[in-house]
Amino acid sequence: MNYSLDTLYEAYRSMKLIREFEERIRAEYQQGKLPGFIHMYRNQEAIAVGACMHLGNEDYISSTHRGHGHCIAKGCDIDDMLLELACKQEGLCKGKGGSMHIADMSKGMLGANAIVGAGPPIAAGAALTAKTLGNGMVSMAFIGDGASDQGTVAEALNLAFVLQLPMIFMYENNHYAEFTQNPKPDGRIAERAGAYGMPAVTVDGSDFFAVYETVGEAVQRGREGGGPSAIEAVASRYYGHFEGDAQQYRDAGELEASRAASDPIEKFLADARCSDLENSRIDEIGNDIQNVLDAGVERALAAADPTPDQLYTDVYVNYRGESA
Amino acid sequence: MSKMTIREALNLALHQEMARDERVVVMGEDVASRESGGVYGITMGLAEKFGERRVIDMPITESAIIGAAGGAALTGLRPVAELMFIDFLGVCLDQLMNQIAKFRYMFGGRATTPVTIRTMIGAGAGTGPQHSAILYPLLVAIPGIKVVAPSNAYDAKGLLAQAIRDDDPVVFCEHKAIYTEECEVPDEPFTIPFGKARTVCEGTDVTVIAFSRMVLFAEEAARALVSKGISVEVIDPRTLSPLDDEAILTSIQKTGRLVVVDEANPYCSMASEVASLVVEQGFDYLDAPIKKVTAPHTPVPASPVLELAYVPSVAEIEAAIREVVAY
Repeated sequence: MNYSLDTLYEAYRSMKLIREFEERIRAEYQQGKLPGFIHMYRNQEAIAVGACMHLGNEDYISSTHRGHGHCIAKGCDIDDMLLELACKQEGLCKGKGGSMHIADMSKGMLGANAIVGAGPPIAAGAALTAKTLGNGMVSMAFIGDGASDQGTVAEALNLAFVLQLPMIFMYENNHYAEFTQNPKPDGRIAERAGAYGMPAVTVDGSDFFAVYETVGEAVQRGREGGGPSAIEAVASRYYGHFEGDAQQYRDAGELEASRAASDPIEKFLADARCSDLENSRIDEIGNDIQNVLDAGVERALAAADPTPDQLYTDVYVNYRGESA
Repeated sequence: MSKMTIREALNLALHQEMARDERVVVMGEDVASRESGGVYGITMGLAEKFGERRVIDMPITESAIIGAAGGAALTGLRPVAELMFIDFLGVCLDQLMNQIAKFRYMFGGRATTPVTIRTMIGAGAGTGPQHSAILYPLLVAIPGIKVVAPSNAYDAKGLLAQAIRDDDPVVFCEHKAIYTEECEVPDEPFTIPFGKARTVCEGTDVTVIAFSRMVLFAEEAARALVSKGISVEVIDPRTLSPLDDEAILTSIQKTGRLVVVDEANPYCSMASEVASLVVEQGFDYLDAPIKKVTAPHTPVPASPVLELAYVPSVAEIEAAIREVVAY
């Protein structure tokens, strides 16, 4: 497969943006400037980017509680995301969602989800909308290896196959379900999905090109009425389950080795297909990202909190006495 | 106007709303069945008329049905999903409680989820412990969803049309023991606004607030007590969330006495909720203690004899009314 320079720069920019966005919010969080819980996506960037580069604003994704990368890859505005992570009233969700429930309907991003495995039925509903309207859109559910064991995921796999929905089950197997190592061998998750009748493959999730090409086929199949697909992207979780988890349950040697072997950005830049990328342009992209983040963080931290009356708004479109 | 049963009224409302808005889809187990139209025939004829693109049979997979209905509503459809029996909430509650109900709030008001979930409630059909519960109090406690429970064909048709056109998630509770109740219903489409109670009969001595099938029992008790010189006002709130607090308080202000009848189990029921409302906001109106008539704190038994004892009876309602009037 041939890649244009534009595509390569775009892929690099998205992965780098996710990486630097997260390193910045991690630093802010450690200083107590961001509330709640945050879950880092580092070293899984090639999955979100390789997958979402095939999707437009009218396509849908459901995300997980490790969702910043999915948001950025799907095109959510960085400033609005930072405002939301800071739980400010101008945030993407007016500060009522925060990191674990961030969403952006205008970008087809149907929400991070703090209930593990809850996203796939919702994404199946979005795929049902696409199928019913016949508009050629597809829906993608991001699913962790922990979530792959949930009954909701099995139900969504079955429904998507029975109804032949334009849907992609995008598994990210980072080998840890919270603090517990996933006992399944790599490929078992895809095998399970395949048992429902849909094409299912396993790819190296730290290899942007492998993810991009595999997802491309699945998305095309969905758009052409070929039904659902499943992809297990094998990855490595760099940081702990949530920020602040020191991963004492992991062997230090194994952790360091896995971190070094699975950096998707290093692999990407070292790939022969990227040999024509110019260092000056790469640096420029990095500098632009730092500028965007500096400005965004400054604005987010200075922005107004929700006012107390906003506690009561947005529960319903209209609760009392409405006649449609 | 035509005389029709609740079953016919619901079926007509579905036909009319599907014809009115092509974003309306019906989904669930057996809903497209041409022979039966679902377990109780509510979706009869829809698949023939609107096709299986919009009337979608689904596997027995309640989390996926409810979750997909929520996802479809978020993305532009107006799904009417069937949760066959409300007891099946146990296998899909997350999708309703943590997902559908919270989408709008946790996404900062930038999501709209116009989904209707039709479900069957109640004892009286011999369906035993796992097909007969009321459970709507669980849902009324959840912010972000509306809960409706009609007691007659007129309300069933108008409220279902409103539920489908409503931009918020609505759980529509159909009592399976009253599907054949008949009354005059407009043939043309109409809606009934949520949060507006119906005064079933006017009275001056005591107010009876009743829900779903219990409205019919309360009405029967009220008729029986006319000859005893007791004037009973029966009010059917029709929607449980939002609840028409004002209509309830206005009636208590007039009568000074309250009996609440709810087929739910007694703790944290609609009976508890109405009693709490009146104690908190209408204490000065009361001339007697409030009486709650509910099912006992037990599951619904399969034995027809025990089931009959489980469901609040007309006699129990009459006795409760006499007690508060005699106080």
